Amino acid sequence: MERLFRIYRFDPAKDSAPRYQEYRVEAAPTDRILDCLNRIRWEQDPSLSYRMSCAHGVCGSDGMRIDGVCALACQRLVRDYGKDPIVVEPLPNFRVVKDLVVDLDPFFEKYRSVKPYLLPAGREPELERLQSPQERAVFDEAIRCILCACCTAACPVTSQNGAFVGPAALLRAFRYLFDSRDSAAADRMASLDSPDGAGGCKSHGKCTEVCPKEIDVRKAIGRTKKRIFDAKRLGT
Amino acid sequence: MELRHDAVIVGAGLAGLRAAVELTGKADIAVVSKVFPTRSHSGAAQGGIGASLGNEGEDRWEWHMFDTVKGSDFLGDQDAIEIMVRDAPRAVIELEHMGVPFSRNEAGKIAQRAFGGHTRDFGKAPVKRACYASDRTGRVILDTLYEQCLKAGVRFYSECILVDFLLDSGRVAGLVLLELATGALHTISCKALMLATGGFGKVYKTTSNCFSNTGDALSLALGKGLPLQDMEFVQFHPTGIVGLGILISEAARGEGGVLRNRTGERFMERYAPVIKDLAPRDIVSRSILREVLEGRGIDGKDFVHLDLTHLGEKAITEKLWEIASFARIYAGVDPVREPIPVQPTCHYMMGGIPTDADGRVLRDAAGTPVPGLFAAGECACVSVHGANRLGCNSLLDLVVFGRRAGKAMAAWLEAEGKEWPGPAKGDEEAKETIRQLLAADGPERVPRIRAEMQDVMMQHASVFREEKGLRLVLAALKDLEERYRRIGLSVRDRRFNSELIEAIECGHMLRLARAIAESALSRRESRGAHYREDFPKRDDENFLAHTLAFLEGDGSFRLEKKPVRITRFQPVERKY
Repeated sequence: MERLFRIYRFDPAKDSAPRYQEYRVEAAPTDRILDCLNRIRWEQDPSLSYRMSCAHGVCGSDGMRIDGVCALACQRLVRDYGKDPIVVEPLPNFRVVKDLVVDLDPFFEKYRSVKPYLLPAGREPELERLQSPQERAVFDEAIRCILCACCTAACPVTSQNGAFVGPAALLRAFRYLFDSRDSAAADRMASLDSPDGAGGCKSHGKCTEVCPKEIDVRKAIGRTKKRIFDAKRLGT
Repeated sequence: MELRHDAVIVGAGLAGLRAAVELTGKADIAVVSKVFPTRSHSGAAQGGIGASLGNEGEDRWEWHMFDTVKGSDFLGDQDAIEIMVRDAPRAVIELEHMGVPFSRNEAGKIAQRAFGGHTRDFGKAPVKRACYASDRTGRVILDTLYEQCLKAGVRFYSECILVDFLLDSGRVAGLVLLELATGALHTISCKALMLATGGFGKVYKTTSNCFSNTGDALSLALGKGLPLQDMEFVQFHPTGIVGLGILISEAARGEGGVLRNRTGERFMERYAPVIKDLAPRDIVSRSILREVLEGRGIDGKDFVHLDLTHLGEKAITEKLWEIASFARIYAGVDPVREPIPVQPTCHYMMGGIPTDADGRVLRDAAGTPVPGLFAAGECACVSVHGANRLGCNSLLDLVVFGRRAGKAMAAWLEAEGKEWPGPAKGDEEAKETIRQLLAADGPERVPRIRAEMQDVMMQHASVFREEKGLRLVLAALKDLEERYRRIGLSVRDRRFNSELIEAIECGHMLRLARAIAESALSRRESRGAHYREDFPKRDDENFLAHTLAFLEGDGSFRLEKKPVRITRFQPVERKY
């Protein structure tokens, strides 16, 4: 059946202000929103810009705001949206580069700032470091993160405070802070303990609501905050 | 401004990043990626990485080697396979040390699961050899290697397309990139260049591959007179979600899932009595399509069921969360309660740019290297996978040969010394190509040409092939290549111009499609993933050899044979 899409268009180099453009697309209920965008681009308007790659929710390229909610265009189907038009906009909280493409440099900069790599102590053993299934389970959900930026785009604190490190970076910080193989907990907690770090999170929970990989981001940040709090209380 | 790096790696998947890690501190390097590095398609690998760690019962590298050789239908080069499987335990332990969050067994060691074609004691029974992190193994290794690169401060050129690489008197001189955001062309001089650009499944209509997997580097290699090896061997993974081709990992069957036809029969018992649903992918894919052809597809249609319902919710949630979510979103079924509708999907290219075991690109059957040019991963052909790759041997290939290529590049740079020959020359052709494409105003449209190519390849050059169909493909591709010369583009602005990018990619894919079809036509036998209905038997007397495809000046292909290196296991009939 035919569906109506209302798509955000903006070329900062040419346009004085963003506008919305409407397209009619023949779409099956099980088509992905990304399939519809591709159809628009291939059959009607090749000038439309957006990112995409894997088309099944693994690479994290096609985060955008669909009918007001941050999501992956390849993970949402036409049947998920009851009425026309289906409104497609770029991820908020980021500068628009062109149409649905946003500048993610600040996002990755913040991700880098939490030292997203294992910092183990001592010499490497000959075989693998041991880790119990229970220790591993603590961060099993967190490693589903694909850095799509939907959480950070939906975060009300990020929208108010551009310096806030944001939920995606905090989730990655949690993943290493709670990895039993890591030994940099004290340093990690010290650098997270600020109003622009974990302390900035006000538990709105938008991150958890929109996460395409169903990660309870808020809970992970909450555990990080509690660990920092406990460490300070105990003076360790 | 002149851009210059000692070594440039094109591709930020596992092979490219592993090479980058190896080179950090030893040379000035840069990694080029079509997408942001963590978007690379290695991240879509689900099931595991093979290594005879023996964490779940006895295992030996000799068994792993035998399985890989047999899985390759005896076309894999056994010296390279031996290097890979002997290095596998070290490679996996190294990944763990870097921080890869592998799943764990009760002893706290890296957990391992069964996978297709992996057996104990030379084929007696399935063995647990695939080291995994839930069903996100590729993703977490990609993240970890990227993060190691961040830690080391590796320079990345993200969202840049390789437009050309430059050889000067047959030696690597540099490369030309198109920066997606600005549309600017950048020429980078380098002494060593590594191609690690992955597969090109987008040549087919139904594929598990991402949009970026278009094989640009392989097509460019052909254009420079370099051969591509074993292009006829295209792996169709048995379990893609019907219609979309989205991958449902072999781990689903490794954990106990079974395939069923319309009568509910577990039909793999008929095709592979010993290891059943854990037979290698070529065999399972053919079996599924046999069932379909004989009217036993679900509701008489072109798919079968993958049944996980007996595994229980806990096992599915803990070990197969990702694929369960794919089934729910894209097939609308809850695998805890209902079977998943699946059909074969183009997944992996066994063929590619021929290299030696140190990633050096070879220009002929005699094994003459191209000075300064390296390749590893799916875009390369070592050949460890021969005519059919076993599941969980791909990630292994990437980290083992990615590292070896990195080491070889470091040695090459050391030998070359500090002298620079001056800025790379020869980028005019690439610049002219882009200029012409941006001005193209013909009547033909790229999306249509691409779709017709994907359709015809799917119909006649996929799981079952025969001469008549392959000739049809070649005729269709000839026509499509002619139409491609008359394309028109409507977007003249260079910034984020995906119409331009897709036009470049389409030109490359048409050439690669022809390399596949020509190679497939010349191989008048059936071996591994290449099945000829008109030649259903393997023919070692005439075809126990690699195929090299060269693109001639007049646009035709010249095919040569290259001997297979056999060390430990003589070819025997392949039964499971």
